[in-house]
Amino acid sequence: MADRIDLNLTVNGADHRVSVHPFTRLLDVLREDLRLTGTKEGCGEGECGACTVLLNGQVVNSCLVPAVQAQGAVVVTVEGLADGERLSSLQAAFLAHNGAQCGFCTPGMLLSATDLIHRCPNPSDDQIRDGLAGNLCRCTGYAKILDAVHTAAEREAAR
Amino acid sequence: MIGASSIRKEGRAKVLGTAIYTDDKFMSGALHGLTVRSEVPRGILRAIHFGEGIPWEEFTLVTAADIPGTNLVASVVDDQPFLVGIGEEITHSQQAVLLLAHADRHLAEKARRAVRLEIEELPAVLDIQSSLDLQPLIYGTSNLLKEIRIAKGDPDPIWAQAAHVIEGEYRTGAQEQMYIEPNAMLSVVEPKDGLLQVTVWGSLQCPYYVHGALKQLFGLPEKQVRVVAMEMGGAFGGKEDYPSVNGGHAALLAWKSGKPVRLIYDREEDLACTTKRHPSRTRLRTAFDADGNLLALEADFILDGGAYATLSPVVLSRGAVHAAGVYRCPHVRIHARAVATNTPPPGAFRGFGAPQSLFAMERHMDRCARKLGLDAVELRRKNFLRMGDTMATGQVIREDLDLAGLMDRALTAIGYRDKRAAFALTNPEDGPIKRGVGFSVFMHGCGFTGNGESHVASVAGVEGLADGTVAVLAASTEMGQGKNTVFAQIVAEALQLPVELVDTAPVDTDRVPNSGPTVASRSTMMVGRILEDAAIGFKQALVQQGFLAEPYTPETFQAAVAKAVAALGSLRCYGQYHRPPGLQWNDVTYQGDAYPTYSWACYAAEVAVDLDTYEVKVADFVAVQEVGRVVNPTLAAGQIEGGVAQGIGWGLWEEVTMQRGRMVNNQMTNYIIPTAMDLPRIQVVFLENAHAGGPGGAKGIGELPMDGPAPAVVNALENALGALRLDEVPMTPDRLLERCEEVTHG
Repeated sequence: MADRIDLNLTVNGADHRVSVHPFTRLLDVLREDLRLTGTKEGCGEGECGACTVLLNGQVVNSCLVPAVQAQGAVVVTVEGLADGERLSSLQAAFLAHNGAQCGFCTPGMLLSATDLIHRCPNPSDDQIRDGLAGNLCRCTGYAKILDAVHTAAEREAAR
Repeated sequence: MIGASSIRKEGRAKVLGTAIYTDDKFMSGALHGLTVRSEVPRGILRAIHFGEGIPWEEFTLVTAADIPGTNLVASVVDDQPFLVGIGEEITHSQQAVLLLAHADRHLAEKARRAVRLEIEELPAVLDIQSSLDLQPLIYGTSNLLKEIRIAKGDPDPIWAQAAHVIEGEYRTGAQEQMYIEPNAMLSVVEPKDGLLQVTVWGSLQCPYYVHGALKQLFGLPEKQVRVVAMEMGGAFGGKEDYPSVNGGHAALLAWKSGKPVRLIYDREEDLACTTKRHPSRTRLRTAFDADGNLLALEADFILDGGAYATLSPVVLSRGAVHAAGVYRCPHVRIHARAVATNTPPPGAFRGFGAPQSLFAMERHMDRCARKLGLDAVELRRKNFLRMGDTMATGQVIREDLDLAGLMDRALTAIGYRDKRAAFALTNPEDGPIKRGVGFSVFMHGCGFTGNGESHVASVAGVEGLADGTVAVLAASTEMGQGKNTVFAQIVAEALQLPVELVDTAPVDTDRVPNSGPTVASRSTMMVGRILEDAAIGFKQALVQQGFLAEPYTPETFQAAVAKAVAALGSLRCYGQYHRPPGLQWNDVTYQGDAYPTYSWACYAAEVAVDLDTYEVKVADFVAVQEVGRVVNPTLAAGQIEGGVAQGIGWGLWEEVTMQRGRMVNNQMTNYIIPTAMDLPRIQVVFLENAHAGGPGGAKGIGELPMDGPAPAVVNALENALGALRLDEVPMTPDRLLERCEEVTHG
């Protein structure tokens, strides 16, 4: 087995080529090789969802994705959500509703919610709960997050 | 400013993913630190063996023999070593023995597994009763970490005379804080101007606790130690006392290696070895007259304190003071003990002893109502504390307290009467779903217990910056609760400025004074009050020095500050805690004003139990509280909602399973915290009764919501299922099944 493998991937619209250990996780590539530290590690076993990113448009726990599976992939992380200084509808709504308290689950929560609104433009409370069930938050009790997702969905629908 | 839902100060960085938490801070050439721990609960460490196939010469290794200063973690009692040395006693299964560091994380992990500890095992104490029975003696002369007695009147003659005497025993389990960011530390130790300088950046609630611990560990003066609080991914007490341990470990590795060292726990290690909520056992005895008036109360309150004292003495103290609940009672005796066991030491967790004793009291009141044939609402109404009444410590209620009004508000909001009536009709029908509604009434003392605030004598201040804005100088940390925002609002209110002109200075012991630890629901009320004073002093100084004329606008104020900074260089004004007149406390007799004031609440829960699976769904939840003036309604509601979620989790699902003194479900997969699917929307109501001692009338808020949910939910379970032995939390499906079978099978 090779000591290192070359990995090509597109993250937040930028192409990257990195040389990594064959067993490296996508999470490590993002955080350590690309220094995109917005994506967090909370458990390392796919339970908490703090490391959620979009991989070729699909929601994944990046702690469970071997980097080799991201060969040639398109990845979106929390750093890719805003348009320059302009927050995405979800980011703005999380800020307005206090949907982020300690903020550690927030990046993963934002990615899961982005995917949810894309799939389900006008979600009910229960649909949001279902869509975010893989993202644990210990601060909010989730109500302010539900409010934020509703506000963002309405704003997106009005565009 | 005060009373407005200002936007969270650091919120933008959090939603952008640019907020820097400890593990996000990059340091070139940093080593990865790891900890080798005992795997037996008690024994004598005889040797450390380093296995083959590891390039040990490349590693930095630290044992107890390397420690330059004192090998004891500075705490309430200095009894816990940073590392156990050869020939010394191991007292719990996660005891740290060896630290190692290497640049290659994978190799470091391989090396950890290659270390073998030779330990001569000794018999261990693993539960409360064995500790009380001295089977065997493991700590001091009595296995007691702390013992407290609180007495009012004399209950002894009452038991024989009273119409009813009711006894009960209640238990609560350990609970994990489960902050989403695991414990994390980063350290550099290097010479600066010829002197050793120890710096730790970390996920920590109390910079000056860690600062004190590092001074003692290295034997260094204040100036040579620096602690910086990074952005923190939740804490809930779990980063109150433990960071003195892992902060010390990171610094030892940095000192020995001469390189930056990261000590980032993975979730399994964090769950297995860091502090939890203390398990408890409470025995209550109450006497009532024929009308249901409470005549006497006796409480035997015991906490499992684990292997070292850590914060157990003060956790016990808060639990003991809250043990009599919110009821008027002429004769009270409280006996509280924290006992030593060979388990990893529990520590601070939101509520700090009060959730344990209040669970017992609020379950007991429902059981008493049932035994007395009275309604649980009316029994409480008859016995509530009111203005002028005296609590167990002799503290006189001086505020216009209306617990009955608070209770009625909560019961109306959840539809208590109608639901009780409806469920009484539907529950006897066939079908697996049984419904119930229940509630709890409780208080939480604001700030430290007793003389704590006087001992700390906190200092906080404000600083004018070159651009004319104002910075808050305090060691209080932001863990998600909203301290940055609330402090800015308090200072902005005092200075009559828009909140945008005030921000918080980095929490770095080189820059900010010791405003005390970020604990005990004390930051807004206690530190906020000091900041209010400091801000007013700051403004007066600007006026007296001729930089500012009143009345002023934000623009003229900003210009005045900029001009003053340019002229004077530095512009800081500090305030310090002063004990309000009239507050008295005796640490020996436990008599006096245990707290400057209390927050009060009634929480009501509706549950649906599925008797096919014994799963419990919380269908509705109402939280009504009186917390003085609310500084930021949106942030305050977030605190309540999050606290209620944690309280429901403790009541129903969150179980720490121990085997041989070791947590065996130390993964998020099998330690279950509430997800978005598991909770209803919580109705939060604030009744505002301004408190003279807090800034703008505020009281404490952070811990209160942890106290009420567990008893409210279990009381609702009793309404759904009838009189079962519902005396313990978490009331998991397994436990509930067992309790139901006790009734079925006798």
